[in-house]
Amino acid sequence: MTGDANAPDADGYAGLGDWTPDTLAVPGEVRRVVAAPHPVLSRPGGEVDPTSAETVRLAADLIATMRVSPGCVGLAAPQVGVGAQVFAVDVTGHPKAVTVHGTFVLCNARVVEATRWKPGREGCMSVPDLTGDVKRASRLVVEGVLPGSGAPVRLVTDGFEARALQHEIDHCAGLLFLDRVAGAHAVYQRKVYL
Amino acid sequence: MNELAITVIGRDRPGIVADVAEVLARLGANLTDSTMTRLRGHFAMTLICVGPAAAEVEAALAPLAADGQLLATVRAVTPDGELAPGGEPYVMAVHGADRLGIVAAMTRVLADAGGNVTDLSTRLTGTLYVVVAEVDLPPGTADALAGRLAETAAELGVGVSLRPADPDLL
Repeated sequence: MTGDANAPDADGYAGLGDWTPDTLAVPGEVRRVVAAPHPVLSRPGGEVDPTSAETVRLAADLIATMRVSPGCVGLAAPQVGVGAQVFAVDVTGHPKAVTVHGTFVLCNARVVEATRWKPGREGCMSVPDLTGDVKRASRLVVEGVLPGSGAPVRLVTDGFEARALQHEIDHCAGLLFLDRVAGAHAVYQRKVYL
Repeated sequence: MNELAITVIGRDRPGIVADVAEVLARLGANLTDSTMTRLRGHFAMTLICVGPAAAEVEAALAPLAADGQLLATVRAVTPDGELAPGGEPYVMAVHGADRLGIVAAMTRVLADAGGNVTDLSTRLTGTLYVVVAEVDLPPGTADALAGRLAETAAELGVGVSLRPADPDLL
């Protein structure tokens, strides 16, 4: 590797740079998380203007809502009832995470490279009673733009963070993990421990 | 030897599998393919056995059903004949608000396309209904079928996806 990982490449894409949730400069409010079969979860979200005040507020709210939700490593706009291509991810401290980019929000994100597919068990705040076995790429390249600045970002990641990103990008496309389960016996009732 | 199709279903409790399997073993009925699972509060066993006459197995299972908590059926079936030509394996997932007739409508679309469901499970949790079906499709029919499934799903107000089953062998 040579050069600065945060410097833009020939296409203008860079890493997260010094972006942090504080960059949004608005306090996030906790929003109510909707559950399937709410129709907003099955509709593709629209592209957003990442620099608009509305998107910046949504980004801050997604982070705030993610942070008050135990075990939540990602939250997409459709999960708070907004059909938009915006999501927050934070896998910091998760035992299955390898590469970790901390807390971030991406807008209008898409997968550009996906390799080394591996099965894994997933749950979702919007499908609270079920989990499922889903194959996801464990090496992933995602491109999107940052809320606020609108700066283009290319993230290269792996493992659990890659899984979280694919799960959230699916939400923005109107897909749940249920749409990708491996087979008839790959959906499980979530165990309840009293 | 006879091939037998056996079903046992009843209110779940510890020991149903052991009780039924003991009866079958005592009779020399060899349990081949089976599924045994809990569906809500009920335990359901569906099995194929090779063993004695159906009537003998039925009589031996009768005491288990005597308290009215278990229902057991036994019937002789013909062993595997010629296997149907294998199609292309796909997974259909349907989810949405529960309503009457989702499985009926979606599997009718599969059947009309010559699709053969090989495994299917459903879950109702709250108002969310989930159907996941593994289906063998006639080669080259998946794309057109996906369109018809989407139309039917839209009429039902549910979502559907049709994806190739994972072909990986480990």
